[in-house]
Amino acid sequence: MSTLAHKHKTLERNVSLLGLFAFLAVIVGGLVEIVPLFWVKTTVEKVEGMRPYTPLELAGRNIYMREGCYVCHSQMIRPFRDEVERYGHYSLAAESIYDHPFQWGSKRTGPDLARVGGKYSDEWHVQHLTDPRSVVPESIMPPYAFLKEHELKAGDMTAHLTTLADLGVPYSKDDIAKANADLLAQADPEADSADLLKRYPKAQARDFDGDPKKLSEMDALVAYLQMLGTLVDFKAAEGQEKPR
Amino acid sequence: METLVMRAGGWLVVALLAFFALAYSADAGFAVHMGIVMLAALITLVVTLRGADYGAIARGVLRVPADQSKYDDDPIRWGVIATVFWGLAGFLAGLYIALQLAFPALNLGLEWTTFGRLRPLHTSAVIFAFGGNALIATSFYIVQRTCRARLAFPALARFVFWGYQLFIVLAATGYLLGITEAKEYAEPEWYVDLWLTVVWVSYLAVFVGTIVKRSEPHIYVANWFFLSFIITVAMLHLVNNLSLPVSFLGAKSYAAFSGVQDALTQWWYGHNAVGFFLTAGFLAMMYYFVPKQAERPVYSYRLSIIHFWSLIFLYIWAGPHHLHYTALPDWAQTLGMVFSVMLWMPSWGGMINGLMTLNGAWDKIRTDPIIRMMVMALAFYGMSTFEGPMMSIKSVNSLSHYTDWTIGHVHSGALGWNGMITFAALYYLTPRLWNRQRLYSLRMVNWHFWLATVGIVLYAASMWVAGIMQGLMWREYGSDGYLVYSFAEVVAAMFPMYVIRAAGGVLYLGGALIMAYNIAMTIAGNLRTEKPMTETPYNEAADRPLVPVAAE
Repeated sequence: MSTLAHKHKTLERNVSLLGLFAFLAVIVGGLVEIVPLFWVKTTVEKVEGMRPYTPLELAGRNIYMREGCYVCHSQMIRPFRDEVERYGHYSLAAESIYDHPFQWGSKRTGPDLARVGGKYSDEWHVQHLTDPRSVVPESIMPPYAFLKEHELKAGDMTAHLTTLADLGVPYSKDDIAKANADLLAQADPEADSADLLKRYPKAQARDFDGDPKKLSEMDALVAYLQMLGTLVDFKAAEGQEKPR
Repeated sequence: METLVMRAGGWLVVALLAFFALAYSADAGFAVHMGIVMLAALITLVVTLRGADYGAIARGVLRVPADQSKYDDDPIRWGVIATVFWGLAGFLAGLYIALQLAFPALNLGLEWTTFGRLRPLHTSAVIFAFGGNALIATSFYIVQRTCRARLAFPALARFVFWGYQLFIVLAATGYLLGITEAKEYAEPEWYVDLWLTVVWVSYLAVFVGTIVKRSEPHIYVANWFFLSFIITVAMLHLVNNLSLPVSFLGAKSYAAFSGVQDALTQWWYGHNAVGFFLTAGFLAMMYYFVPKQAERPVYSYRLSIIHFWSLIFLYIWAGPHHLHYTALPDWAQTLGMVFSVMLWMPSWGGMINGLMTLNGAWDKIRTDPIIRMMVMALAFYGMSTFEGPMMSIKSVNSLSHYTDWTIGHVHSGALGWNGMITFAALYYLTPRLWNRQRLYSLRMVNWHFWLATVGIVLYAASMWVAGIMQGLMWREYGSDGYLVYSFAEVVAAMFPMYVIRAAGGVLYLGGALIMAYNIAMTIAGNLRTEKPMTETPYNEAADRPLVPVAAE
């Protein structure tokens, strides 16, 4: 022990050595825990159905982030009986594979949203976001009425998709070229959305906020909420799932 | 002359660049931020020009070097004031959002005042503005005293202080405007992150530079903790904020990693923001101010070596306990849990080393309210570093995760440990930095102590009840085999707990307001006439040894 304390005096007299040893001590944990996640294949097991977000869903997701929804809502269902019954099938790693950044959350002041898509009607969402307590009297959620008034200014979606493609999200050249048109087409009942739906399977194209004339932030956010957790078909896989 | 022209020119260039970025910005939020940067650069330009010593320049003489026989304390004085200011701002924001959870009408229906935007404002204000300013100020104070050397690079030290304030202003206004990366405790966008990197590297340079020019052969233990804190925070900040901006003239960026990898990187960062920002840095404060105030040496030198190296090595591994039972691979979760439990020991090593420093001076808990604050800080440190490992055990976490228990745990650490040790340090520093005989009032320190303590007890107790109740209600099954409670019913059940929590916040904020008044009066040079805190009875006749008397 005394020899250890004695040897330690070398470090105490040399700031470069002290800094170097401190850096070596703090870098190990991250290297061992994080780096393997990038190459161990079983980290993210492939499932059918996952696709990148449509431009409108992506714009909605950006609003979800902007408003700090992740502060009160998780998007990560844990494999417990009560959570699976309350929210649906537990979340898979593959389901957030295109989420830059992830939005799993850490707190449930409000319920989990990982599979909220399709659970409520568009009208319910619009009403709930505008005045939460008019549909859920116990709710303590802030009102987001301004979303319907704000016109959607998502910026140049081509640039957004290009950025994500640079980070590894598999958008096709077609997707990127048509990004701005796709943004408008998905919420416009008049537009021809056949091409959009072909490139983005299971995408939902309609007017979301009840005002077909205007593309609002509400349109984008509801489009995002309505697709959450809908891409992977768990019914089809039910027979092959092993009980855990 | 040349340096003056260079500096002034440099700030002018920064202002012009910010102006062009403003003019060509892709979104309104980015334009507002560039406006703030331009304003900051112009103010710095004016201050640089007005502060220049033209006489000395005209005579072709270098400006008289500052008095080398005194410590460079100006940035520390500013830091003390900034810490008090941001502390009040952060506590007030916290109280407001606590009230929003009880009374949602307080969201006011405005986009800038929703809970979702104000909550990052609160967390950043207390962690980075209050805690960060306290860390920068105390580290500059301690490194000079323990090295017996003036700050290296005085101009850079001033840049660190003001640059850090600009970072805070950009981050805070960004949250209100909805500019965020949506990663907890790392919300500022890419350009604010880059700015913080510049400031942080300057901070490292000033700190290490001062150690290099030290007159003492040994580097004191407080400086080990500060050094590891500065290095580790730089590493965490750089890796977790890796992102690609959509446009170099816009605020929006996309995180480099996604899904599982992004989640673990985030909580590797998030947990070690706690481990290094809020633990290692504040332990450094403890290692200087507790021995100083108690007038006793640190209890054990060997314990400090063992607990320093084990603490910094183990902390980094604990991140995955924020992701128990998620889609993160099991091996990573288990590793995170095991290391979190092990972390209990080095944490308590620090607590023991701090508490036992009072050996032989325990009576000061009764007589000195500042010592009392330090002891309470260490007690809360010990309590939350026991609670943390317990909550990181997977079966406990299955109940506690996603609930208010986590919020209570964080606050017993933040209010109890970080808050109390910072208040004690501020009370120690103020009379010394402004050359005052003593604090304006010790009785006010006592009031602050009790208000804060009762406030924390209300806060932590209500959040324990709230958290455990939430966890149990969510998983409650009836005899019919169905879930008993809807989510909304659980929300409604939280109401009384949220009100008690807010009441705790009122007390804590009240204590901090008393501190602000006390410190302001001390700086103004006033002394409150008040009765001394204790009057220990003294009986001269009884104060002598008993002499044995032979039996008759």
